[in-house]
Amino acid sequence: MNKFFEFFGRGLLNVMEGVGRFFVLLGLTMRGVVTPPFSPVATARQVVRVGVDSVPVVLLTALFTGGVLALQTFKGFQRFHAEGYIGSVVALSMLRELGPVLTGLMVTGRAGSAMAAELGSMRVTEQIDALISLATDPVQYLFVPRVLATILVVPMLVVLADAIGILGGYLVAVGYLGANPVIYMNNTFQYLSMEDMTSGLIKAAAFGFLLSLVGCQCGYDTKGGAEGVGLSTTKAVVMGSLSILIADFFLTKVLF
Amino acid sequence: MKLTKVTKSFGTKTVLSGLDLTVTRGESLVLVGQSGIGKSVLLKHVIGLLKPDSGTVEIDGEDLWKVSAKDRDRLRRKFGMSFQEGALFDSMSVGENIAFPLTRHTKKSKKEIADRVAECLELVRLPGIEEKRPSELSGGMRRRVGFARAIALQPEILLFDEPTTGLDPITTDVVVKVIEEMRARLKPSAITITHDLKVVFGVADRVGLLSGGKILVDMTPKEFEQSKDPRVAAFVTGDSELAPPETEPERRPAAASAEAHP
Repeated sequence: MNKFFEFFGRGLLNVMEGVGRFFVLLGLTMRGVVTPPFSPVATARQVVRVGVDSVPVVLLTALFTGGVLALQTFKGFQRFHAEGYIGSVVALSMLRELGPVLTGLMVTGRAGSAMAAELGSMRVTEQIDALISLATDPVQYLFVPRVLATILVVPMLVVLADAIGILGGYLVAVGYLGANPVIYMNNTFQYLSMEDMTSGLIKAAAFGFLLSLVGCQCGYDTKGGAEGVGLSTTKAVVMGSLSILIADFFLTKVLF
Repeated sequence: MKLTKVTKSFGTKTVLSGLDLTVTRGESLVLVGQSGIGKSVLLKHVIGLLKPDSGTVEIDGEDLWKVSAKDRDRLRRKFGMSFQEGALFDSMSVGENIAFPLTRHTKKSKKEIADRVAECLELVRLPGIEEKRPSELSGGMRRRVGFARAIALQPEILLFDEPTTGLDPITTDVVVKVIEEMRARLKPSAITITHDLKVVFGVADRVGLLSGGKILVDMTPKEFEQSKDPRVAAFVTGDSELAPPETEPERRPAAASAEAHP
């Protein structure tokens, strides 16, 4: 019984410590954003690494997700002769939910893990100590460009994902299921409002913030050698994905 | 630079216990001691990468941990630290590594920075390698590029963390000569931690032996060489029979600086 409480207590302490550390690093990152020296070049470099380099994988994911949505919706809607609304369902689902969440998860896998691996290997090879010894705030130097760039590019990626997802749905519905292209397109945009788009973009920015800060935190707090870097990378993906899915629920509740 | 009654523990293991140390301007102190005894931990306290559990670290009379973070960075700019494996930023070229402190902390023009980088590389006998990546360098070259980066801001105090460990005798000789040249040209204070007697007799004004969390002996290199103290004799002759019983190695935290710099 004691062992159970010990195990439970230790787990709880670890979680609390991780959450506390997240907020400490958040505070330092916010301070770094408003304190000179500013690093537009480093931020631009991260925009390319996190954003531009993620375009193919995000587009491919969105294309097939849109297609699958059209297929699944068709199966269901066919039962009560509502096939005409497939376009609306695909567009609404992509804009409000699947675009931001899937893009967030893909960027976590690609860029959040890379941030953890890069900062983790900097930690174990004393490069972070070297930064401090050169009178440079490592959180400002390493976190700020990554977090700012990710907050900026994830919404952009989501806009692309939304468009390609809708295209994927159109291709499947019109090309494979034989839907009328004009009616499909009309229905796609008829029930959309600007709020659907903005709620998706707000989510995207929030996911970008979460995945980058979690990725940086996991890398920055790496312990041990190569094994530690591997663990940090895995942790960045797991924690980043979980935080996106949890935040998604609360954001949907707030933005609905 | 003065450390007073510095104590540091990791978990239940005490690494530094009431350590006192003073280094005067222009003096070169070499610290020796068995592996895992806490030499690197001590060096990290000197530059504020680790915060002591108790005791004070003073640089020119200012307590490193009583000043603001901004002032701590100002004090850190007085130091140039060379790390064990160089700790070069592998996302940058050699030239960018050496230029890093200059671009962060000075208003020099690109031309002035390039000239200073070339000058530093000249001093460590590696001229013209600005464009190379750290991954293209040998161990000895990485250390010397680390030296070049450490001296870029013309620091008043140089810290060397095992500058020759793992190098062949010829490269070791080159590294020792480079340290001597840097000292002769820049006249900084220096703390070097090493196991290498060539470094001890090549660069030291004073030699300290670290054991049991304190500096046990503090003498000139000549006194160190001729000392009858069994702990010193064991080190000079490399005779394990003379050495005191091996202590449990310190648990060296990988994220050492995380506690001093969140």
